[in-house]
Amino acid sequence: MAGSDAAPKIGAPEFANALLNADAPSPPGLIGPDGKAAPKRFAVYRNNVIVSLCEALGQTYPAVRTLLGDDYFNALARAFVTDHPPSSPVLIWYGGAFADFVEAFPPLQDYPYLADVARAEWAWLQAYHAEDAAPLDPAVLGSIDPEKLASARFVRHPATSRVSSEWPLADLLRANRFSPGDGAHIDLGAAQSLLITRPDLDVDVVPLRPGGAAFVDALLSGAGLGEAAGLGADASAEFSLSDCLSDCLGAGAFKGLETN
Amino acid sequence: MKNKAMSAAIVAGAVATAISGLTVSTPAHAQAKEKCYGVSLKGQNDCKAGPGTTCAGTSTVDYQGNAWTLVPKGTCTTMDVPGDRHGSLTELKRDLPDA
Repeated sequence: MAGSDAAPKIGAPEFANALLNADAPSPPGLIGPDGKAAPKRFAVYRNNVIVSLCEALGQTYPAVRTLLGDDYFNALARAFVTDHPPSSPVLIWYGGAFADFVEAFPPLQDYPYLADVARAEWAWLQAYHAEDAAPLDPAVLGSIDPEKLASARFVRHPATSRVSSEWPLADLLRANRFSPGDGAHIDLGAAQSLLITRPDLDVDVVPLRPGGAAFVDALLSGAGLGEAAGLGADASAEFSLSDCLSDCLGAGAFKGLETN
Repeated sequence: MKNKAMSAAIVAGAVATAISGLTVSTPAHAQAKEKCYGVSLKGQNDCKAGPGTTCAGTSTVDYQGNAWTLVPKGTCTTMDVPGDRHGSLTELKRDLPDA
């Protein structure tokens, strides 16, 4: 490196910055095997980096892509990639900030449900990659002293999460991801929150009933069953403890139960 | 009645209802699946992966022994493939692509 003809060194920050900014010139000092500047090689590499990140977003957020159309989604993804370079080399963890980005993107202000669809798709991917665990067998509850059930606490299954929404999230996902083309009508006035689990190899997406979101949130944050049921009833007069508990147990939302 | 926990009796009753409903209506993940090795045609294998991984559809040999696909639970080992071969719940050494 001591030779007088050594090219100027490029630091990683300059290289990375030029990589994600399509308008930036090729970093000075970048040379090909022939010793000459290689802006075309850099442009090819830059394009591959950006396109592969956009494709990863498209695979993580297929319902958002369907709702927006490929052209709009690709343009949006490019804008996101430029703003949010990966912070981990693991591509399956790329794009967690996409929902917030969509929510704040001015041209999409008339489509406020898109961000929640993105949140649900991110939750789906986290459930997909979560640690495997056997869900709690509902029969275990039957073996517990009934007097102790109200204070019993559930242990969350590693794949379980909850996405709340003021939009018909379950219907939007069904029509744009899980069963496209089924033609079912979507009522944008219907609020649907979701319980997302993976009791076995497949991710389950379960729409929650009235009061169910408050109930599930309380259970997942460690509240006793009686307390969580009270919060569910506060949230909705239609809350049914047996139905909501049945949904949770059937979906494998928990991996264990603690009594004292 | 705000923020009042439900009484033990009500909770116990609801739990009993929930459990009895479950045992009748959901026979423990009726549509559960299992990974089955050695039954997928080349290029048709599944992958528990998502974006950034490329193993789905990468098998290069029909019925490749170390490539799996999801099949309904309980059906894997009874699955016959041509040449008196069967599916397996664990990786197989047969039908591997040339190194």
